[in-house]
Amino acid sequence: MSEKSGLIQELEALQAKAELELKNIQDSAALQSWRAEYLSRSAEVMSFFKRLPEAPIEDRPRIGQFANQVKTILETQFEKKESAIKQADLDANLQNERLDVTLPGRETTRGRLHIQTLVLREIYRIFAEMGFQVYRSPEVETDENNFELLNIPAYHPARDLWDTFYTTKPGVIMRTHTSPGQVRAMREFAPEPIRVTLPGMCYRYEQIDASHEIQFNQVELLAVGKNITFGDMKGTLEEFAKRMYGESVRTRIRPSYFPFVEPGGEMDVECFVCGGKGCSVCGGKGWLEILGCGMVHPVVLRNGGYDPEVYSGFAAGLGPERISMLRYRIDDIRNFWGNDVRFLEQF
Amino acid sequence: MELVYSWLKEYVDVDLPIVDLAHALTMLGMEVENVRLLGYPKPDGGNTGISFHGLEWDPEKFVVARVDEVMAHPNADRLVLCRLFDGKDELSVLTGAPNLYPYKGKGPLAQPLKVAYAREAAKLYDGHKSGQELTTLKRLKIRGVESFSMICSEKELGISEEHEGVIILDSTAPEGTPLVEYMGDAVFEIAILPNMVHCANVIGVAREVAAYLKKPLKFPDTTLLSKGPSITDKISIKIINADLNPRFVVGLLQGVKAQPSPYWVQYRLQLAGMRPINSIVDATNYVMLEAGEPLHAFDYDVLLKRAGGETPKIITRTARKGEKLTTLDDVERELDDFTELVCDSAGALSIAGVMGGLESEVTDQTTNVLLEGASWNFINIRKTVASQRLNSEASYRFSRNVHPALAETGVRIGLQRMAAWSGGTIAEGLVDEYPTPRVDPIIVISESDVERILGIQLKAKEIAVLLERLDFVCTIENDLVNAQSPAYRTDIGKDVIGKADVIEEVARLFGFENIPPTRLQAELPPQRGNRSEERDRLIQDTLANLGLQEVISYRLTSPESELRLYPAGSEPEVPQYVEIQNPIAVEKRVLRRSLIASVVEALERNIRHQERLLLFEIGPVFLPNKDELLPDEPARLAIALSGLRHPNTWDQKGIQLLDFFDLKGILEALLDALHIKEYVFTADTHPSFHPGKCALLSIGEDQIGWMGELHPKVKENYSFLEAPVLAAEIDLDMLFTLSPKDFVTTPLAAYPPVIEDLAMIVPEGTTSAEIEKVILSTGGILLKQVNLFDIFRGEQIGAGNKSMAYRLTYQAPNRTLTDNDVGKLRIRIINQLEKELGVIVRKAD
Ligand SMILES: [Zn+2]
Repeated sequence: MSEKSGLIQELEALQAKAELELKNIQDSAALQSWRAEYLSRSAEVMSFFKRLPEAPIEDRPRIGQFANQVKTILETQFEKKESAIKQADLDANLQNERLDVTLPGRETTRGRLHIQTLVLREIYRIFAEMGFQVYRSPEVETDENNFELLNIPAYHPARDLWDTFYTTKPGVIMRTHTSPGQVRAMREFAPEPIRVTLPGMCYRYEQIDASHEIQFNQVELLAVGKNITFGDMKGTLEEFAKRMYGESVRTRIRPSYFPFVEPGGEMDVECFVCGGKGCSVCGGKGWLEILGCGMVHPVVLRNGGYDPEVYSGFAAGLGPERISMLRYRIDDIRNFWGNDVRFLEQF
Repeated sequence: MELVYSWLKEYVDVDLPIVDLAHALTMLGMEVENVRLLGYPKPDGGNTGISFHGLEWDPEKFVVARVDEVMAHPNADRLVLCRLFDGKDELSVLTGAPNLYPYKGKGPLAQPLKVAYAREAAKLYDGHKSGQELTTLKRLKIRGVESFSMICSEKELGISEEHEGVIILDSTAPEGTPLVEYMGDAVFEIAILPNMVHCANVIGVAREVAAYLKKPLKFPDTTLLSKGPSITDKISIKIINADLNPRFVVGLLQGVKAQPSPYWVQYRLQLAGMRPINSIVDATNYVMLEAGEPLHAFDYDVLLKRAGGETPKIITRTARKGEKLTTLDDVERELDDFTELVCDSAGALSIAGVMGGLESEVTDQTTNVLLEGASWNFINIRKTVASQRLNSEASYRFSRNVHPALAETGVRIGLQRMAAWSGGTIAEGLVDEYPTPRVDPIIVISESDVERILGIQLKAKEIAVLLERLDFVCTIENDLVNAQSPAYRTDIGKDVIGKADVIEEVARLFGFENIPPTRLQAELPPQRGNRSEERDRLIQDTLANLGLQEVISYRLTSPESELRLYPAGSEPEVPQYVEIQNPIAVEKRVLRRSLIASVVEALERNIRHQERLLLFEIGPVFLPNKDELLPDEPARLAIALSGLRHPNTWDQKGIQLLDFFDLKGILEALLDALHIKEYVFTADTHPSFHPGKCALLSIGEDQIGWMGELHPKVKENYSFLEAPVLAAEIDLDMLFTLSPKDFVTTPLAAYPPVIEDLAMIVPEGTTSAEIEKVILSTGGILLKQVNLFDIFRGEQIGAGNKSMAYRLTYQAPNRTLTDNDVGKLRIRIINQLEKELGVIVRKAD
């Protein structure tokens, strides 16, 4: 191997110089002028290829090869540097775009269902899973359907349980409960077995205040068939209470009176606010009344087209507004139909 | 009803703590809501189901004491000093009680007084403050005399509001005994169910408790201790209508003297919620509360006088037309012809079972009392109560059907109590008119009946044992029990109803708590679902997803409120409403016919609190139907919007307001959710809406609803702000009927579409719907979509014109369309537009 040619030595010096300069470059403008100086067509490395004839013929391939090598090395280093500078620029830019993430999000429009729509649906769902289907009936009813056929004759003491809105048409009233739906469902489906949920608005003549409303939802449950027992009613309603108020809720049914059921009862759940210790929600009693229930009265079965010696059934009625009031600690029943969006949008 | 604990214990040995007794009463069907304690400490621990209230009388601090002498106060006329023995010490106690003045300065009392005495540091209610404010007795000087204890009034002990004088106990009260031991008590506030009038008295409750505890009932002795001559020739009774008055019993007590009842009687009456009057009246009230029979005491001498010295004759009959009677509340009442009266030969004496007349009422001067116990038709009593708006303790009971047997029992117990407290001699015997004695029903019930209804297996013997504890008279035949209802109950029916009544009694005494819960095993009915419920759900969800808030309004409204939707001066004739006969307020006297009115009002209510409001409601309206008894209740949807289109944010202030096309967009989205395609909005007029901003929505031939911007003059009827108010009302029933139950998807296109824009100059009067219709019908099956994307008005277009630009999408299912295909269609469309609508299509540059 011959001595290093002068050209090679020059190339080596050039490479060293270029590398040193590149190392100090910080921005893309300087990088571009470095590129123009060392790697453009008119750049120094390129001039070596033109100067190849200066070298002895046998050295030319080696020098040419070396010059190529230098060029490739510089190009690679350029690319590295270029990407490093781009990254640094990007990082700097991103830093400048930093947001105050605590600023409020841009408001979108969220529509909402009325809270009582939600509660009604929840009740429907629980009962639907047990085979009870929604059956609707009119809000303006005959006295016959609302009272007479439900074993509540005129002047019966039980009529005291309902303060009724009468219409100016004789025998036509605002239904005081969803129970007329019991008669309607039975008359429609007899002699088939029945499992229905009877929901809807009911009306009572009251002076409106924080705890009394003239218009309220009720949901009733009616099961009619063969061999339906008080035990079945208890089991069904206990399941409902667990779904509605939590798996561990304790319940009790105590005797009560509704003319269209017998035996009749009312179901209490242990107060889920205080766990039964007594609080303002349960009035210190530890129990909350949640529904009325009972075995369908033979007179009602008969009026519905079922022989009470063969068929039996149970009915239960509950107040969805009361459920919401207890659950969300709503202290004024007037909020439900007051339509104040400040109330409605809390759900 | 207020049930007094000590009173109850007279008839049954209750060995239960108060809390457990309350629970037992509740589980027997007499729900105890709260318990008032007199002297007893509050039980601790929660989950009792009851709230307790009352004042505890510390046994160390409150005792029965004896007052031996009442002396004047050296420095004050209105105060006295009592020489008092509290069981341990003799003390001098200062008091200002006026009811001690009569004893002042009389020296040592021959009959010492017994009082309730509170020692120093006792905690009691302040007698001088209104309500119940606790205070502690402290040592202090009053007008130079030291005072550290007191003789208590009822108010101070929490018995009543009475603070005029101190309590003077019966002379048998043992001095030194802690007061709580002597007269500590509890009052259970129990709810009496409408069918349980036989429990609306102490003995009635005691029977139930006795049955629950399996203990005997200690019924009061009803033997008359008659010492006087026979009653027989003193009075006669004639019942005109035994349906209305099944039984009438009287007894006579001669030589009575009305006076204050013994303190224990007054105390019990007070605790039970009745005011003591005098020993005669108190006896009637006491027996009513005790045994459940309302009694009526007549002044026998008034009857004699009215009979002109003849033997008085009681006649029960209905009132004559126009007949009047002044009742003892001093109100002259005009009587209905169905109202049953107790009369004598001179006319009406009392409204039967409701209220006595003023004239024959007993007074302090009365010496001879005729005591009435009767049985009345409860339905007739209810009619009278409703018509006279006259409620009384008697009518409360009689209107719930009191058993005729109680008439006699009541008079017997009543005569004894009255004689014991007022003196006098009971005449021999009773006059008892009972034309058709009641036969109490016998119910036949089988083991399988009980199992079928209750789900528990009981042997006939076990059923009979339960019923016998409730005084049913039972016989057993194999698996059958024949049970006769006891002669004090009227709530047990006959046959299949009686069976249910008896099964309820079995359940109650067996204990609801002891019936095991089971899962429904009965046959599952056909599962039908509910279309209207599914419809509501879909519509509610769609609108909520579109950003609307659901509201629910009162269905009761007023015609005026609905007329606000019309410009003042051009209201239509008021339509027929379902009207409420007994409204609670004029603004809630009819059922709504318009749902839009409700929602617009809801919008108005909120407009000052919200920058944008989008509300909807679904529900029925009520339309009287000439051919039907009941009105139609078609379901409607109403929407109302107003305010900013987009919410304001910290970097963007909304300026665009919700307008016609926002509402239309919502309706279109709803129609899309229902997969209804063939709908049209056509310009329409409706008095509620802006004449240029109102549209009718139809599907085929059917008009589904209206939408638009409220007419400016309608808006004036409400307190709205500047922003326009948009509203729509849709017939939901019809809308949902027209929604297809099923729909199919179209396959995704495999070949690319060709998209072209078409701009044209159009006369102002030409509608977008007209243009689209021409384009679509000319474009044929290859034209998939037409979308308006720009409207422009300006000088270069010319007055009375607008420029409308549509984007047309062509697509074939089986090939890529060529320029040639599209070009031919374009020319055809342009020609048709120009020919049919006179528009000028702007040629592409
Ligand atoms: Zn609680």
